Amino acid sequence: MAQISESVVDVADAQLTLIRAGSGKPLLILHDELGYTGWMRWNEALSKNHELVIPLQPGFGASPRQDWIMSYRDLGGFYQRVIRELNLGKVNVIGFSAGAYIAAEMAAANPDIFNKMVLVAPLGLKPLQGEIMDMFAFTIKTHLIHTVWNTEAPEFAEIYGGGMSPEQFELFEDARSESTRLGWEPYMYNPSLGHLLKGIGQLPTQLVWGVKDDFSPRGCIDAYKQAIPGAQIAEIAEAGHRPEIENADAFIAAVKGFLDT
Amino acid sequence: MKIAYFTERPYRWVDEEAVLKNKAFFAVSNENFDREKASADYNHYLDEAVYAEELGFDAVCLNEHHGNPFCMGSVMNVEAAILARITKKVNIVLIGNPLPVIKHPLRMAEELAEIDLISKGRLVTGWVRGAGSEQFFNNANPAYNREMFNEAHDFIIQAWTRPGPWRYEGKHFHYRHVNPWALPYQKPYPQMWIPGTLSPETVEWCADHAYPYIGLGTSLGPTCDLWDFYADEAQKHGYQAGSENFGYLIPTFLADSEAKAQELGSNFVYGGGQGAFSRPEHTLPSGYNSKDAIRNLSKQPGGSWLGITRDKLGAAGGAATEAVDYDEVRKKLRAGLDKAQRNMQILIGTPDTVIPKVKKIIEVIRPGVFSFFAVQGQVNNEDRMRSLQLLGENVVPAIREHAKSLGLVDPITQNPGLNKLTNGTARDPVVDRAALQAILDA
Repeated sequence: MAQISESVVDVADAQLTLIRAGSGKPLLILHDELGYTGWMRWNEALSKNHELVIPLQPGFGASPRQDWIMSYRDLGGFYQRVIRELNLGKVNVIGFSAGAYIAAEMAAANPDIFNKMVLVAPLGLKPLQGEIMDMFAFTIKTHLIHTVWNTEAPEFAEIYGGGMSPEQFELFEDARSESTRLGWEPYMYNPSLGHLLKGIGQLPTQLVWGVKDDFSPRGCIDAYKQAIPGAQIAEIAEAGHRPEIENADAFIAAVKGFLDT
Repeated sequence: MKIAYFTERPYRWVDEEAVLKNKAFFAVSNENFDREKASADYNHYLDEAVYAEELGFDAVCLNEHHGNPFCMGSVMNVEAAILARITKKVNIVLIGNPLPVIKHPLRMAEELAEIDLISKGRLVTGWVRGAGSEQFFNNANPAYNREMFNEAHDFIIQAWTRPGPWRYEGKHFHYRHVNPWALPYQKPYPQMWIPGTLSPETVEWCADHAYPYIGLGTSLGPTCDLWDFYADEAQKHGYQAGSENFGYLIPTFLADSEAKAQELGSNFVYGGGQGAFSRPEHTLPSGYNSKDAIRNLSKQPGGSWLGITRDKLGAAGGAATEAVDYDEVRKKLRAGLDKAQRNMQILIGTPDTVIPKVKKIIEVIRPGVFSFFAVQGQVNNEDRMRSLQLLGENVVPAIREHAKSLGLVDPITQNPGLNKLTNGTARDPVVDRAALQAILDA
């Protein structure tokens, strides 16, 4: 198993908790709206050829909230500063759900910071058909249930199974509160993002979508495809909003195939 | 003491089983709405307020909720403006305008100033954060609720007191030309009374501003604790809190016989009553509560916030998906009502049985404002008016006399915060713990 380091880094005028592991060129991982889930099988697989750099989003418990960050575009700007100040150079990026929204904002602002971009079940654009599921209208339990189609996936039980400890409850509420702050209105998309994405040029982009995803509907993928016509689409069978844990093998194969070729 | 009358102005015609199945009033479909009935109801509730004035109440209270048949006061300022014209003496008490939900403090300042002008200075304007469900209805970001509340409040005071035109660039609100040409009749501006359900943060904020805090039917023990907390905070600000800093509102229904009162009073739990205002996912949207409140909720197994426990928040939520045993639900609601009556959080009876209870309550918590909250549910106009009449003709005079004997002063007679305390002086008690113990022992 990869050597995993977790440290608090003083960067971009913030105390940012950063997880680093693996070897190779940096691969920036932007977690979703519920926070970092811990080291999973897909992390281990990708860490063979990449150094995974995983910032824990400000306001999600481990890293203090930054009052001035009021939108996903602000957060994207913050992470651009982080990349520059940590001298990571040009990186690959994988963003999950709201993390994909952040990655897309970063690419829209400056496509040259990324080598390749993977957007998994991406939020950030108004879906061409359907609606992004309103997680804020759910209790945390319902929210969690809607994030996966395959509740039998072993890693789902590992991270979300069993009773919820007070600490876990608080972390979920931290994450959901911060996501509310940034994404309440318009709900988890930015009307100008699609226009700016049209200007990212030839940035290699992969859109990963679990075919059973009822959280980010297919219309989200179609909206991204419309904004980034050259993007590849990787459909993951037997998976919902969390293909990386619901069908880890297919996810790993698709993403490795994109990043390592 | 100022004695007030309050009603949620319920929409009385919604099918109870639709509410029970939905597990809340909020989010019951408005396909159940009947314009003729609603039109009659709005007019009736205005008539009730006028009748309360005739009966000698000092104030009529209004509140505001959105998308909810529990309370038809969707735009409370409209009703307040009408009352400003059709009543003559009563204070019009707003408990209160949900500032973060309205999201337009300059417009709010203008509306309230107009009401105060038309009423010739009878407005008491209160503020609330807005229930969790209001954040959904109005698409108000819950994570900015407290910030927007504070900023809107501070802005309105400026708009009422600082000669314009001036420019405002805040965090959440921006105005390039602040110069309202309707300013309050009262100088410098109307009193602000703040209703609450025992959020310590709100109590602290009230004490910081010396604003009266109105406990909304809160149970007596925790109410005493929070009022002591208010008084301690007041002491830090150099003043002695007294009855002028506190108000209390309690559901009350009267009839000519105990049996009839109980039969109709059971409508306090119609559809689930206040506990069914909205479901947990709507009551506590993420970001709505402070970090401290969430931590308390997460760590105390029995802890709750607005009746919502961590367990309820951690459960799946949503409307009932399986068949509901309505009789069983009603049985539980009735048991809850009986318990609330034993705890004196709901008063149902005849003047003879209710007056002693009110006396005991005011002996314990010593409020300067006391408001009776009319029955909910499907009680007809005649029975509602009879309850109001029995209150006005029997209970109000008795309570007024008793309050006088206890030395309870209201905030209009004595401006809160003016009774200064010098450093090192012990503060006077604001509640009567011995009286509370006597109730608990009984």
